[in-house]
Amino acid sequence: MKRLAALLAIAFALGGGAALANVAVPTENDPVASKREHDLASKLRCLVCQNQSIAESNAELAQDLRRQVREQIAAGRSDAEIIDFMTSRYGDFVLYRPPFKATTALLWSGPAALLAVGLFVLVRVVRARRSPDAEAPLTPEERARAEQLLGAAAGKGAGNEQRKR
Amino acid sequence: MKRIALFLLPLAAFVVLAAFLLRGLWLNPREVPSPLIGKPAPVFERPKLHAPDATFASREMAGQVWIFNVWASWCTPCRQEHPLWNEVAGKKLVPIVGMNYKDQPEAAKRWLAELGDPYLVNVVDRDGRLGIDFGVYGVPETFVIDKHGVIRHKHIGPITAEALEKKILPLVRELQQKS
Repeated sequence: MKRLAALLAIAFALGGGAALANVAVPTENDPVASKREHDLASKLRCLVCQNQSIAESNAELAQDLRRQVREQIAAGRSDAEIIDFMTSRYGDFVLYRPPFKATTALLWSGPAALLAVGLFVLVRVVRARRSPDAEAPLTPEERARAEQLLGAAAGKGAGNEQRKR
Repeated sequence: MKRIALFLLPLAAFVVLAAFLLRGLWLNPREVPSPLIGKPAPVFERPKLHAPDATFASREMAGQVWIFNVWASWCTPCRQEHPLWNEVAGKKLVPIVGMNYKDQPEAAKRWLAELGDPYLVNVVDRDGRLGIDFGVYGVPETFVIDKHGVIRHKHIGPITAEALEKKILPLVRELQQKS
């Protein structure tokens, strides 16, 4: 029993250590600073593992960048200054929320443009279905042809019904 | 007329989408364009690998076109590109300054002794801070810096004979001819 408890304690200590290493470790005891650090780190992309923020990633570069963020917060820099520090070195790609500029216009407006095109097409299609065009009076030739077809069908239909009985 | 449009529009949309996707096949998402190109290279002064008590300052390269190569002994692709740098250095085409990135100096020196040392000088970046200033996110990376200290080109990943012949060396020659 004691052994088991010791094993569990060890496992817990190791597991806990590993879990801690995977998140941005707030080294300071200042909750405001550590929250700022985490918020900033969550906005910055890790360039090594591109689909993780530097808060989530444990790549060496992410650790180094977190350290930069931490140090700059401690040095009293504003969030905007820290973001500037990162974008001047790594470009807008480090931001999960890139700024709206000429180069990112398509990125930002693309989904809205696609939605607009989709809505436009939808409206057109629905209108076309309801349009009075569809119920336009038939030309005399069309009417004659329709009558011929309907007449023939009606005759056959009647015959079938009789046979069924 | 309307009917033709009805057939052609989806086809056109498909062609546009396919063109974008096709282009995407040949793009490398790992190659993030550097905002530093066309801007002055970060100024630095760092200890030398082979003489840790002395420092090397980037301003010592003023007036020369030079190559700044980020490498480490733990980096496998660096080993792959290394013979090319040896060749460039052998022909004395352009001075190559090395940034030994997050490495053990002893291991780095052994690596150079074993594979050859094409570098004019190596600066040590133990904690990766100089790397961050240069926007380094993977090793190796290579910068071409002109006579005025402006970064003209960045190559991400190991250089290839093709990149060297077609891009880096022509650019170096062009920059060397400019005043």
